[in-house]
Amino acid sequence: MATLSLRNVRKAYGPVEVIKGIDLDIDDREFVVFVGPSGCGKSTLLRMIAGLEQITGGDLNIDGKRVNEVGPADRGLAMVFQSYALYPHMTVSENMGFALRLAKVPKAERDTKVKEAARILQLGPYLDRKPKDLSGGQRQRVAIGRAIVRAPKVFLFDEPLSNLDAALRGQTRIEIARLHEELATTMIYVTHDQVEAMTMADKIVVLQAGRVEQVGSPLELYHNPANIFVAGFIGSPRMNVIDATVVSAGGGGVEVRLPSGAQIVVEVAAGAMQPGMPVRLGIRPEAMRIDPSGPIAGEVRLVERLGGLTLLHLGAEGRDDLIVQVEGTSAVEAHQAVRVSADGAACHLFDADGLALPRLARHQLVA
Amino acid sequence: MSATSIEAGTAPGDAAPAASAPARSFLVMPSVLVLLVWMIVPLVMTLWFSFRNYNLLDPTTQGFAGINNYAYLVTDPDFWASLRNTLVLLASVLVITVGLGTLLAVLFNQPFPGRNVARVLAISPFFVMPTVAALVWKNLMMHPIYGVLGVVARAFGMQPVDWFSQFPLASVIGIVSWEWLPFALLILLTAVQSLDNEQREAARMDGAGMIAQFFFITLPHLSRAISVVIMIETIFLLSVFAEIFVTTSGGPGNATTNLAFLIYARALLQFDVGGASAGGVVAILLANIVAFFLVRTVARRLET
Amino acid sequence: MTDSLAKRILVAVLGWAVALLLFFPIFWMVLTSFKSETDAITARLFFQPTLASYGEVFARADYLAFAFNSIAISLGGTVLALALAIPAAYSMAFHPTPRTRGTLLWMLSTKMLPPVGVLVPIYLLFRTTGLLDTRSGLIGIYALMNLPIVVWMLFTFYKEVPHEILEAGRMDGATTWGEVYHLLMPLTLPGVASTGLLSLILCWNEAFWSLNLTSSHAAPLTAFIASFSSPEGLFFAKLSAASTMAVAPILIFGWFSQKQLVQGLTFGAVK
Repeated sequence: MATLSLRNVRKAYGPVEVIKGIDLDIDDREFVVFVGPSGCGKSTLLRMIAGLEQITGGDLNIDGKRVNEVGPADRGLAMVFQSYALYPHMTVSENMGFALRLAKVPKAERDTKVKEAARILQLGPYLDRKPKDLSGGQRQRVAIGRAIVRAPKVFLFDEPLSNLDAALRGQTRIEIARLHEELATTMIYVTHDQVEAMTMADKIVVLQAGRVEQVGSPLELYHNPANIFVAGFIGSPRMNVIDATVVSAGGGGVEVRLPSGAQIVVEVAAGAMQPGMPVRLGIRPEAMRIDPSGPIAGEVRLVERLGGLTLLHLGAEGRDDLIVQVEGTSAVEAHQAVRVSADGAACHLFDADGLALPRLARHQLVA
Repeated sequence: MSATSIEAGTAPGDAAPAASAPARSFLVMPSVLVLLVWMIVPLVMTLWFSFRNYNLLDPTTQGFAGINNYAYLVTDPDFWASLRNTLVLLASVLVITVGLGTLLAVLFNQPFPGRNVARVLAISPFFVMPTVAALVWKNLMMHPIYGVLGVVARAFGMQPVDWFSQFPLASVIGIVSWEWLPFALLILLTAVQSLDNEQREAARMDGAGMIAQFFFITLPHLSRAISVVIMIETIFLLSVFAEIFVTTSGGPGNATTNLAFLIYARALLQFDVGGASAGGVVAILLANIVAFFLVRTVARRLET
Repeated sequence: MTDSLAKRILVAVLGWAVALLLFFPIFWMVLTSFKSETDAITARLFFQPTLASYGEVFARADYLAFAFNSIAISLGGTVLALALAIPAAYSMAFHPTPRTRGTLLWMLSTKMLPPVGVLVPIYLLFRTTGLLDTRSGLIGIYALMNLPIVVWMLFTFYKEVPHEILEAGRMDGATTWGEVYHLLMPLTLPGVASTGLLSLILCWNEAFWSLNLTSSHAAPLTAFIASFSSPEGLFFAKLSAASTMAVAPILIFGWFSQKQLVQGLTFGAVK
């Protein structure tokens, strides 16, 4: 059992406020990912939860108990650091048993717990090695093992995969997800990589400039981004954003005109939209397709063939980086003129303040 | 997982609370405090004495001396000579040790048979105490009749040099340089060894010869190490004492009297505490002027 | 490699020539110490070795007492300096405040105060407090004298230790002392050793405070050798024997530990 709640949590370094009042609830056994661009405060927030950074204002509660002033080791948390922070002068088993040794756990019990963690992480053969004799992936597992041994209420991960190569990163992602299921504890995971966030999280917290932009499940954030920042940050390749003007607003959606004069009906609640208002239209690359009768005309600038999929970079609507995702079998070539259409039901509309207009139909997985 | 709950380290007060980060930065205080006392107390006392009539031999003349001690000091030709000697000694030894040290560092970075033994021999003077260094140089090396240098000179049919009467300051500079060259060599050698080989190879691809490599690659790389050498040596060279005490006792005349020796002579040979303290204040001022420029230049190179 | 044979020979000859030249005074000192006084003033290389000078030096002064003082004072001063400097360097390296940089530079600048500038007050203070000619007095002075350099060296070693390792320790329940004892000390042992070595050497060779603040009871080897300086001017063999005895312990110690010393002696000058 471990729930966390943050109430108006703030952090300031002198006059500079880096965490500007965060409210967040984390349920037991939830896998929460803090994601955002570098400098958004996600690591600072994690370190505040860990107790490594002082909390300037607000309350941090673990299981309903305020822990602002509790020391890092006494909060019942364990942390996996970006650099792993293994103790270089200790063997793998000493590394993993260090916390227990400090807590004066008898040696026999310590050994049992270290062996158990090593079994889970398949580190058995390496227990007597020093960190410098391990590969990057093995070090990563030792770092996780060190956390497991303490049987914490909450696991904290600070960009744990950023020092691994691409293949190992994918594999470790799966291992951590498996671990979450096996250990059934709350995990908080910080990353700047939205793919990690999408694939691992029960709940994603998107942060920017010390504020929460949106909290929700991965698909919620993907299909119903609250604002243009979240829309741009979640999803790869990025959502295309085009300046547009409202033509008419009604119950069936909002009709907008693009710079070229092309018009599209977007299925969102009209709200206070009036004809003539400036808006921004967001279209995900997979919501567009080649369509000889489509409203948007453009020229293919670059073709990226990924195999199964092909990405077309289009010069259209005053932009030269509009991305359209098509089948890998598509024969479109660079410098070719094409017309594309967009699925109005899958488009997003953002008002002048960058806030999304609610979509009329919710995605079935997000309901 | 079998380990359900061990609550590692949950004993209250077992670990420092999160709020203790500022407290930890106070661990610097003991050092700061002792250094502060070490600096302030004698400084204040020196200042105080420097305005007093205070001669250990003549307890009758007591009391406030105004600026007499300073007036006496600045009108004393020995004082200006000592100031000049202090700076000449400092500058010469720095130039010699840094210059030769750099060249030797590059030399000892090349592989040659027995290099490690040669290196140990070359740095040995660093372990020799200044008093012994001075005694050995004065008697065994530079003695005009029995010293090795004199013997060698005669063997070549030359007139032996009476070093300490003919070139007193240069002789002291030579001895001090011999002591400090190994230190410069040690630090600069480590720095040379840390030079990225690829950088040098790239320079060679660009057509840089040995000389060009030294000036455009090695020397800039050494700038940090050189400033460290200058800083540490300056600290010690401003107060060279034993070498002068043992070899020339400041003479002949005032030719090798530096500020440190002048104050020593005033205080412990003439027992003029007031005058010596005035000299001490000047020495401290001088050190601060040097420190000000030095610390600022070096600090720029050493990000802390 | 394109290095020609001629260049390699030149390097070897130069390297050895420089090394032998720098070492020559020490070699000559040791050599002379085994000569008779008549041989000593002849600068000859071959002679009938004798221990007579050593015998006379031992007869005249209690070498072992001086040597014991040197060892006790150097070790004491070094241990005290390290004890004060380790917490200071830890705090500055891992919990810096806006004042840290200034503090460090200020510490170094105190080292620039010429000892002679404060000799009189220290002498008088020592006289009043009865510290004159005591080992503990000199230990205190030496610790203070080397403290800035010791702090600086340790600081540069500590800066190399990733913060995250200590943070991991804190997450694992280490107290401040635990962080230093279980993690920082083992991780920076080579650095601490090299710092301690340098401090030992500086203490051993210090000849200003030891000459002015001791007379007999606490006098270290620097005072021992000073007592042989003027009156023995022309007794080269005896002088050499005494010098050799004063230098030999730290020289041999230095040779054995030079690798350790060299590795650490960078003062952050090498990135």
